[in-house]
Amino acid sequence: MSRRRPLRHVTFTLGAAITLGLLATAALSLVYTPADPLAMSIAGRLQGPSGAHPFGTDHFGRDLLSRIMTGAVTSLAVGVIAVGIGSGLGISLGLASGWIGGWIDETLMRLVDAVQGFPAILSALLFTAVFSPGMVVSMVAIGIAFVPAFARLTRGSVLELRDREFVVAARALGAGEARLVLGHVLPNALPPLMVQATTSFPVAILAEAALAYLGLGTQPPHPSWGLMLREAQNFLSFNPWFAVFPGSAIAVTVLGLNLLGDGLRDLLDPRTG
Amino acid sequence: MRRYVARRVAALAATLLFVTALVFVVVRVLPGDPAALIMGTEGSPEATERLRESMGLNRPLAVQYVDWLRGALHGDLGRSIQYDLPVGNLIVTRLPVTLPLALLAAVFMTLTAIPLGVYAATHHRRAGDYLTMIVSQFGISVPQFWSGLLLILFFSVSLGWVRSGGFDGWSAGLWPALRALLLPAVALGVFQAAVLVRATRSAVLDVLREDYVRTARAKGVSEGLVVGKHTLRNALIPIVTVAGLQLGQLMAGAIVLESVFALPGLGRLALGAISARDLPVVQGVTLFVASGIVVINFAVDLAYGFLDPRIRYE
Repeated sequence: MSRRRPLRHVTFTLGAAITLGLLATAALSLVYTPADPLAMSIAGRLQGPSGAHPFGTDHFGRDLLSRIMTGAVTSLAVGVIAVGIGSGLGISLGLASGWIGGWIDETLMRLVDAVQGFPAILSALLFTAVFSPGMVVSMVAIGIAFVPAFARLTRGSVLELRDREFVVAARALGAGEARLVLGHVLPNALPPLMVQATTSFPVAILAEAALAYLGLGTQPPHPSWGLMLREAQNFLSFNPWFAVFPGSAIAVTVLGLNLLGDGLRDLLDPRTG
Repeated sequence: MRRYVARRVAALAATLLFVTALVFVVVRVLPGDPAALIMGTEGSPEATERLRESMGLNRPLAVQYVDWLRGALHGDLGRSIQYDLPVGNLIVTRLPVTLPLALLAAVFMTLTAIPLGVYAATHHRRAGDYLTMIVSQFGISVPQFWSGLLLILFFSVSLGWVRSGGFDGWSAGLWPALRALLLPAVALGVFQAAVLVRATRSAVLDVLREDYVRTARAKGVSEGLVVGKHTLRNALIPIVTVAGLQLGQLMAGAIVLESVFALPGLGRLALGAISARDLPVVQGVTLFVASGIVVINFAVDLAYGFLDPRIRYE
């Protein structure tokens, strides 16, 4: 069978293009925005799209396009760190659980089942009651919500790989437990984990937006797409664009990342395509 | 089967124990001194000490945990600082909003997703299939709370058909209550429906490729019977699993939608408790919802064992 070419895969290409657009927007916002995203103008409040403000302005007269561009950095940062936390903790738990087995496996899996009872919103509620709301709470809460998926996937791969010939051969050659797990089992378990990380990323962006909307995540005046929607809710009848543009930014970003994840899964595992 | 059920029940008990431990650690251990956290900077040392004493925080942590766990098992989740009422009572009064909202969303999700998924699978690689998949891809990409805002914008602000939020309670009548919950339920259900459409399509496609389906077709069984009887019944096992797991997600999603539509449910209770630093309420609500999700996952696990004998013999 001929090797599948990524660029001929429509889903992958479209997803990659949207994602690259997002990355470019976020990078650009670090050096240039059409206006200062924090600069207020009481005279120019709640304006619709115009030449001066292509996406209009918010209730403080701030330029929505500039705020949406800056908000991309927030979404990306929370997404990357949350997936990092979830994958780091989940992979460690999964490796320990699958490799050691016995009562440790059983105990760790019950812990993972318990963590599954805490979607990001619930963990964020709990953490915000104790610590101040903010981006860190968002990252940790979303990251924790990802732990069960990574842990189960890693454990499944470890159980499948631990008795394979190459692992038995490495053990016979004198490789220690740590080398067997980290040098032989983990690298072979990585492809599905990479797909999981890609599919978790858009979920993290949705969760970040939801937490910011509830007031549990990113705090004003820092631009975040979810926070902008929270602010827009009171002005729906005055300037609907205030809610339409930040929401569209979330939807397009998540769509691009979902398409990229689907495409990647098809390319890495054609059986599921 | 009895051994399978016993094993699952033991696993459920252990999982619930971990849930309680996690909530206890976050609320009672991580802040260092919960009494100081509740009193804030304005509390005098004497008042803080009195609160510490009344909450039993001077005792060893293990004793506090066992006491709290014993209380929780008997339905005693502590007393709200803000309302001066038992937390259990507050939860019970908010459930008639959150639970029907999640259930309505589940009904909407099932009624739209399963027919659409079956349609897409039976029209595989034809226009209808591609259209369904494109729509579901958009459904998965739109945040629930934004769907809610767009529904308000369209049905309330533009058309003026419904109120933009609020809930007068079930005592105001069945129809007004359902009307208040309809838009939030749709906003909540769309995202999960999009996920379920894809799961249904994939499960039905898998079964349609089975030999017994080909045999049924070769024997001249009508297409309606092939899909309705031979295919759907066997495809239902993975569909029920996914749908069941989504119920937990609906409970969590309801917390967000309550804020969009100003519904006095569990989510708004917890959010209000955070601003009032009412730790027992936050603790009680998170424990209740997390335990609910774990129990739903357990029920799905159990149902899977009933539906597919291979699982319970593993």
